[in-house]
Amino acid sequence: MENKELQKANARLVWRIVAIAVLMFGFGFAIAPYYDAVCSFFGISGRVKEASVEQALKVDASREIAVEFVTVVNGQMPLRFRAETSKLKVNPGQYYTVNFYAENTSDKKLVGRAVPSISPAWLSSFLKKAECFCFTEQEFEPHKERKMPVRFVIDPAVQADTKEMTLSYTFFDITEKSQTIKN
Amino acid sequence: MSVATHDDAHAHDHHDHGPAKGFMRWVTTTNHKDIGTLYLITGLIMFFVGGAMALVIRAELFEPGLQYVDPHFFNQMTTLHALIMVFGAVMPAFAGLANWMIPMMIGAPDMALPRMNNWSFWLLPFSFVMLASTLFMDGGAAAAGWTLYPPLVLQTGNALPFTVFTVHMLGMSSIMAAINIIVTVFNMRAPGMTMMKLPLFVWTWVITAFLLIAVMPVFAGAVTMLLTDKFFGTSFFNAAGGGDPVLYQHLFWFFGHPEVYILILPSFGIISSIIPTFSRKPLFGYASMVYATSAIGLLSFIVWAHHQYTVGMPLAGELYFTYATMLIAVPTGVKVFNWLATMWKGAMTFETPMLFAIAFVVLFTMGGFTGLMMSISPADLQYHDTYFIVAHFHYVLVPGAVFALFAATYYWLPKWTGHMYDERLGQLHFWLTTISVNICFFPQHFVGLAGMPRRIPDYAVQFAEFNAMSSVGAFVFGFSQLIFAYVIYKAIQGGEKATSEVWEGAEAHGLEWHLSSPPPYHSWTVAPEKEIISDLH
Repeated sequence: MENKELQKANARLVWRIVAIAVLMFGFGFAIAPYYDAVCSFFGISGRVKEASVEQALKVDASREIAVEFVTVVNGQMPLRFRAETSKLKVNPGQYYTVNFYAENTSDKKLVGRAVPSISPAWLSSFLKKAECFCFTEQEFEPHKERKMPVRFVIDPAVQADTKEMTLSYTFFDITEKSQTIKN
Repeated sequence: MSVATHDDAHAHDHHDHGPAKGFMRWVTTTNHKDIGTLYLITGLIMFFVGGAMALVIRAELFEPGLQYVDPHFFNQMTTLHALIMVFGAVMPAFAGLANWMIPMMIGAPDMALPRMNNWSFWLLPFSFVMLASTLFMDGGAAAAGWTLYPPLVLQTGNALPFTVFTVHMLGMSSIMAAINIIVTVFNMRAPGMTMMKLPLFVWTWVITAFLLIAVMPVFAGAVTMLLTDKFFGTSFFNAAGGGDPVLYQHLFWFFGHPEVYILILPSFGIISSIIPTFSRKPLFGYASMVYATSAIGLLSFIVWAHHQYTVGMPLAGELYFTYATMLIAVPTGVKVFNWLATMWKGAMTFETPMLFAIAFVVLFTMGGFTGLMMSISPADLQYHDTYFIVAHFHYVLVPGAVFALFAATYYWLPKWTGHMYDERLGQLHFWLTTISVNICFFPQHFVGLAGMPRRIPDYAVQFAEFNAMSSVGAFVFGFSQLIFAYVIYKAIQGGEKATSEVWEGAEAHGLEWHLSSPPPYHSWTVAPEKEIISDLH
């Protein structure tokens, strides 16, 4: 190949490969929303954020499922967080309300966000929440306790062999973050 | 041979002045051999730096309890040891071999993009100085493991942005090296050197280069997200803001799994060059080797989540990743059996390069088998984050990638320097290395299966004997490498003159053996004759 021609061919190939590299850099960032979409589609990784409309479902009184409630506080957040009961036996199709309590043990106002998680993960789509403190940011005045109800139902379509499931909430401290947004 | 003398005769007609003199020669060089040498020396130096860190780790683990270093420093050592060995030792060494050998093997005068080549090398010293400087920063170096998982890695002090920029610079360097290799191989082959005539070392490097271009940018993106999460208030991996740390793991391993093949595919090429030479037979199943390497490259993109079984995954996902991972054993098996078939009924001799190549085949296969064990997701729950995985990846990387680099160095050192290396010292290096590497890593299988976690500076007393054994092996291994450095130094200084062929019958196995030893500064200023190429096998 002539020298000029070779240089042209080289340049062409270089730009093609650079384009692939740039595309792959973009691909990495494109994965983030795609990952979100996949997780919400399957209702995994605490991605269920919206309240479902309360609807009349056929109550299946012949079955009982034990729902356990787990409360976790992330890191050093000064919050005393608990559920009124650790376990509730429920009939699929029936709506229940469970109260969660969180007390700010510090002298400062706190803003928190709770991230829900359901285990085993494949049952996530069967637990529907009509009301939950996890949908929005929660504010806690110093040394005050707040009651936060969760209203939920288990879809009667849930697999027949389901005996128990766990609903856990983790509170994250977003006080600093929400202040920067407000300022 | 004839071509080399021909080249010498015409040296005055060309505008070849040979290398410039002094230090600036190395700073401004655009010559593929000079840059190859720089890469190889960098790789060797970083091998000793990373090795010293490994010895800090093994000294601490010699006995239960905390003796020499505090746990935070221990974690910095495990993190930097891994980053330096992967990005500082093995990858630059392979890039050095590619720079030296590819133009010589395909009948080209130099790499296609010599200036970029210079740039891609000189990014490395700066990035490693930056990475090493993080050790002295407030909060110490990154200590979250080479995977840099959030949220742990976000607790790193001032070192975090420097670590991230190091990754960016190393990524740029690798991408430029990869571009250079692809363009050289695609556009600079001598007439008659068709793709299916390329030596396997060149083939494996082309596939490696494509892997680099596809995954290094993803890793660069992932660490950029770490940076913005920490300093600019984004929430890619921050659960409080609606992100998910598991997303990082997916991004990391989408890079990380192909990355481990980036570390091993060029080794496959090296072994595929050495075994035929010392068996005095053509490589068995050349075409199947090319296809197997391509298949491994493609499969590497679809198995990443087998590193994340314990994070939680739908059953269908676990099954898929288990089966897809097991599938990789098929093309890898093709390669191992081809090497065995190449040796079968060959007139074998056992010089140092061949010894390392044979040890590679045996020990790499063992590492491959433990990999298969871990591909089974229910079993992996037991192995995950234990010393079993440490044993596994050290078996594929040390007697795998590093042994291939030793083999390559001994194999081509006479070609590079023009002097035979000291065979007696080479064999001593081989035996010390091979025995000690097994003393070091084999017991780690047992303590791992018994439940000893990785990345912890202390352990339960029942693991004491195996850990002491492992530490002894590590120290013998580490100090044996001084012999390696000495053999290289000695061969550069002088010794028995090497012929252009170096190894009996090597001329039939590659174009590099048709050039003088040492080869002229510009390799093939006149393309090799077609008959030479068509006679290669």
